[in-house]
Amino acid sequence: MKNNVVKLMQGNEACVEGAIAAGMTFYGGYPITPSTEVAEGSAEKLPRVGGKFIQMEDEIAGMAATIGAALTGAKAMTATSGPGFSLKQENIGYAAMAEAPCVIVNVQRHGPSTGLPTSPSQGDVMQAKWGTHGDHPVIALSPSSVKETFDLTVRCFNLAEKYRTPVILLLDEIVGHMREKIEIPSADDIEIIDRKKPTCAPEDYLAYGVEGDELVPAMAGFGDGYRYHVTGLVHDETGFPTNSTEVAQTLITRLMDKVEKNVDDIVEYEEFMLEDAELVVLGYGGNARAVKAAVRKAREEGLKVGMFRPITIWPFPEKQVIELANKVDNIIVSELNYGQIALEVERVVKGATKVSHIGKINGEILTPDEILAKIKEVL
Amino acid sequence: MSSQLIQDTFRMNKLPHIWCPGCGHGILMRGIAQAIQNLGLDKDKVCVVSGIGCSSRAPGYMDFNTLHTTHGRALAFATGVKLARPELTVIVITGDGDASAIGGNHLIHAARRNIDITTIVFNNNIYGMTGGQYSPATPTGDLGTTAPYGNIDRPFDICNLGAAAGATYVARSTAYHVNPLIKYIQKGIENKGFSLIEGISSCPTYYGRKNKKGDSVNMLKWQKDHAVDVKRAEKLTEEQLEGKFLIGEFVSTTSPEYTEEYQKIIDRLSKER
Ligand SMILES: Cc1ncc(C[n+]2csc(CCOP(=O)(O)OP(=O)(O)O)c2C)c(N)n1
Ligand code: SF4
Repeated sequence: MKNNVVKLMQGNEACVEGAIAAGMTFYGGYPITPSTEVAEGSAEKLPRVGGKFIQMEDEIAGMAATIGAALTGAKAMTATSGPGFSLKQENIGYAAMAEAPCVIVNVQRHGPSTGLPTSPSQGDVMQAKWGTHGDHPVIALSPSSVKETFDLTVRCFNLAEKYRTPVILLLDEIVGHMREKIEIPSADDIEIIDRKKPTCAPEDYLAYGVEGDELVPAMAGFGDGYRYHVTGLVHDETGFPTNSTEVAQTLITRLMDKVEKNVDDIVEYEEFMLEDAELVVLGYGGNARAVKAAVRKAREEGLKVGMFRPITIWPFPEKQVIELANKVDNIIVSELNYGQIALEVERVVKGATKVSHIGKINGEILTPDEILAKIKEVL
Repeated sequence: MSSQLIQDTFRMNKLPHIWCPGCGHGILMRGIAQAIQNLGLDKDKVCVVSGIGCSSRAPGYMDFNTLHTTHGRALAFATGVKLARPELTVIVITGDGDASAIGGNHLIHAARRNIDITTIVFNNNIYGMTGGQYSPATPTGDLGTTAPYGNIDRPFDICNLGAAAGATYVARSTAYHVNPLIKYIQKGIENKGFSLIEGISSCPTYYGRKNKKGDSVNMLKWQKDHAVDVKRAEKLTEEQLEGKFLIGEFVSTTSPEYTEEYQKIIDRLSKER
């Protein structure tokens, strides 16, 4: 604890600090508000630690360069906002298929289209899950504070390395641009996970081979002496394309299982004043701060209200939300969109409790009073 | 019996390739392998990257670190590979559509940066893999499945495009003119910076058939009869050059290379500390 540094910092800046602490050595991206400070911070910091920053010609290229770097062994990241996130989608799918570990930061802004560039929104949660084509696993984490942005950025890299998959840090403009005091832990206090490297002889290496019920293949970097082939096509354990429906089934199932069979390892959430709650407000990211304030106010008025905050948005904390639904009379989903996660909650609880939604789509944040009013309306 | 070159540089168990009989792509691919072997490069230190298309299937057969990416994006992936690991020799194989339509932006920016990547464009004047639609290299007036009344687009000269964008080595050869092709690829790999080599290929299946260019032998013969070396062209009149196209070296110059310039920043910062 003694080496901790205390700083006043923006969420976007904390993201860069977290990435460097996690071992980021490569950043490839294209600037867009409100994510720009992530690029600027990376440009400043990376060469100081021997890493590389490159401003590519667009977001597609930024995602591609990030994957290219990851395949040489680098811990690589890119950052963007709404429109740029849309552009990255094809290559995010590629990273999932090629099992290239990397981190994609999306500081969400108002949309659709160029919307309100510097206004907050949580309009990309479904894009994070379904944005690219085909079925593939998705991990997306959403911080609520500057400190948590630091911690979750580290975690994004760790999950990417552990499961060899792209991981999304789903920030929003509120947290990205907010300034707060943060204590940066010393390097010894930060857990770092690195991808598993092959130990076999190069001629025995199966780039996508797993043993027994293992799900994640060992990964050599290009240039390490293990020559192999990477493609976005369906490939067998050697990495070469095939048209076999059987191989396609096995491959996509394994990719999905990497996340689905490890939900308990991946999912994180926060519970607040839930013990005797009869109504729960579910909120995440920057908006959860208003939810917490509303819950406090409700408690002051003697209302039995609590908060549930998914920190891992994808995979969605289904088990925990089902348990909640069986205990409480109402779940209000509060979010800065038209009801994207509200739909997910409805899907998950299957009528076990009443689900309602409070949202905003005008570029403004929800205030605690507005959320409190909704609580009173529902009760 | 396969040649020593093929045994040494190809993944024998991945052959035969998927290309149509008579496709020019195989000749160009072999030329790249020959150039790599002539230079005596360590196979573990070579990375071959491609996009999507018939041409872009080449890396699957070649025994190096190989990366088959998304359509048009090979150069953007390759930029990440090269910048993260500059000691690798990075070679991009791409089609005319892959390189100059969907990937046109990446092509000009990789050239502008002068990053040390050697790009070989297999130009068959058509989209082969998707079945013969016109590409940015299809001559005006020619037919494609999406240009049933004749293409009204004006084509790119891919070499001019690369040269204008700042490539420090630019050359063109054909599937017929293999020996100069190999020499240009070697020089491109040796050039510290962005090199662009256009290899005129042939797609008898679509471009050839649609435009009545005859079989693959005829298409190669056409290349032989219509290619004029850029140096020789200087002495010819406009009339003599009518209907001909230029091959040879168009640019060979030096300029600061991107990954080296970045390394200088890292070195400078480490001294300041
Ligand atoms: C984003 C995207 N758009 C379109 C395609 C379909 N597509 C695959 S290959 C190709 C054209 C390839 O032509 P070219 O690059 O000239 O290579 P060739 O097949 O002629 O060698 C197209 C349009 C795709 N795979 N991805
Ligand atoms: S379609 Fe054309 S480019 Fe593709 S393999 Fe056949 S001949 Fe070659």
